[in-house]
Amino acid sequence: MVTRKRHVGHIDTEPIYVGQTIRLLVLGALLFATFLFSFSIGRYGVPVKEVIRILLHKLIPIQQTWTTEMETVVINIRLPRIMMASLVGCALSTAGASYQGVFQNPMASPDILGASSGAAFGAALAILLGGSTRMITFAAFSSSLVTVMAVYFIAQRAPGLKVVNLILAGIMVGSLFTAGTSYIKLVADPSNQLPAITYWMMGSFSGSKLAQVAFVVVPMALGMIPLLLIRWQINILTLGDDEARTLGINTNRLRMIVILCATLITAASVSVSGMIGWVGLVIPHLSRKMVGNNYRYLLPASMITGATFLLIVDNVSRNLLAVEIPIGILTAFIGAPFFIYLIAKQEKTI
Amino acid sequence: MSIEIRNLSFAYSLRDVLRDVSLCAEDGQLLAVLGPNGVGKTTLFRCILGLQQQYKGNIFIDEIDAHTLTPRELAHKIAYIPQTHGIAFSYSVQDMVLMGTTHQVSSMGVPKQKELDAANGALEKLGISHLTYHNFSKLSGGEQQLVLIARALAQNAKTLLMDEPTASLDYGNQSLVLRQVRKLADDGYTILLSTHNPQHAIWYADRAVALLNGTIAAFGSPDDVVDAALIEKLYGVTVRLIDTAQGMLISPVI
Repeated sequence: MVTRKRHVGHIDTEPIYVGQTIRLLVLGALLFATFLFSFSIGRYGVPVKEVIRILLHKLIPIQQTWTTEMETVVINIRLPRIMMASLVGCALSTAGASYQGVFQNPMASPDILGASSGAAFGAALAILLGGSTRMITFAAFSSSLVTVMAVYFIAQRAPGLKVVNLILAGIMVGSLFTAGTSYIKLVADPSNQLPAITYWMMGSFSGSKLAQVAFVVVPMALGMIPLLLIRWQINILTLGDDEARTLGINTNRLRMIVILCATLITAASVSVSGMIGWVGLVIPHLSRKMVGNNYRYLLPASMITGATFLLIVDNVSRNLLAVEIPIGILTAFIGAPFFIYLIAKQEKTI
Repeated sequence: MSIEIRNLSFAYSLRDVLRDVSLCAEDGQLLAVLGPNGVGKTTLFRCILGLQQQYKGNIFIDEIDAHTLTPRELAHKIAYIPQTHGIAFSYSVQDMVLMGTTHQVSSMGVPKQKELDAANGALEKLGISHLTYHNFSKLSGGEQQLVLIARALAQNAKTLLMDEPTASLDYGNQSLVLRQVRKLADDGYTILLSTHNPQHAIWYADRAVALLNGTIAAFGSPDDVVDAALIEKLYGVTVRLIDTAQGMLISPVI
């Protein structure tokens, strides 16, 4: 046979996605700086140098150069709040990125399966019944898990495409719980319960306690560690079920594990912080722009960036005005315009 | 590496798609699967790939019943090369090819140097190393198809299933892809390839099988079985075959 000239119409010539490891290190350094800086700002300012000494002194003996007030503010007030904001930011972005992989859709967010509406219903019910803060957290957490389990169960029973079933069931069950929450608001005492419910739903880290941090850190670790370990396989899932299976993946099992882990960390986040939207959508998207779509780098990048982002927003929330602004409002104020900017911007790396 | 299908039948709820289909492909053979749209070519492939489990009959891969293989074990033996298609997220060509090695990576690991070498080797073999760091989604259809073939090679399975690999390619890319496929068969890969163009079977295949109404209408060497009568039967088009130095040329009678 005659050898003909090779004919390949080639369009794009720019290499993409190189140096992700260095990018991750830079993001990590940024988080570390933000973390330390967050301790120093507030109504009672503490120099960063003293912050470092106070934190170190908990681990190794250091001569005290700071006042007792400084230590109280840093350790008792700011430490729990800063830890909580970073953990929740990290968790919500991880969950968002994971759901996006499962649903092969960059617009999926942590509440796609009704985790948030379920949590809101549980919290509202607990407030209506006069539960303590701990009760409210627990009710929100369990109600969120039950909601997603219901969604998953319905989607498994229905015929047809599993991914589409999950999304539809998520919308239906989610709106059912939203209706339930509305009804609780209607019958709640308008002088104290209704404002409490409304305020809870806006989301806030004020009054975070170390005990709460301890409560959420377990389910978050249980969700995030497995997701980090199987992050390569999430890539395969985004190719679609058939192709993933021929590449050797047990798609139903993998999807179940990813949904279970992502739901666990979403439920844990929402139960202590209330409804904080946009983080789980915007941060994975931003991370995709920075390190590409490969979950090997995307998942760590989302974790780090999510923690940094929520820390910064929480700093704004507690410092911008004399009265604290609920963080859920701020993430929407920052997240929505930022997202519009991202989608309008000329695509460079993706 | 061989595939043997014995008395395969498959039905979607009420409609019979495949009835009592038996065929085999031996080591290093390129088997072209012909037949009109909706005749069950894709279903046949889906059964072999384990995507449809509810079939009657047996599929033996390397003399092992396919029913007893897990997805991971099956991926060791058969690689699937889909038609080029849009994907939700764009990956680099290297990542895309690396995904072929997934069945060799532990569930809780990421591809290592060994897998990277396999991916780069596959890209080199197909002559597309220059695309390694490019965005898969922005490649031309022919390049994407070659990348998907490279992914199958990185998968290190000796049997390749290709579902109409040339369906959305221009004239030049069709011949580019098919010549690469032919080379792979010469290197010892067993290849099942469905195609809409009977000419491709004559030019490139060792064996051809024609499906019609869920059964096998013809099976054998393409020179023997692909003739004017078969093409009229399959597609309802009157053609004549012209004998040339390059082999039989199918020409429609206008």
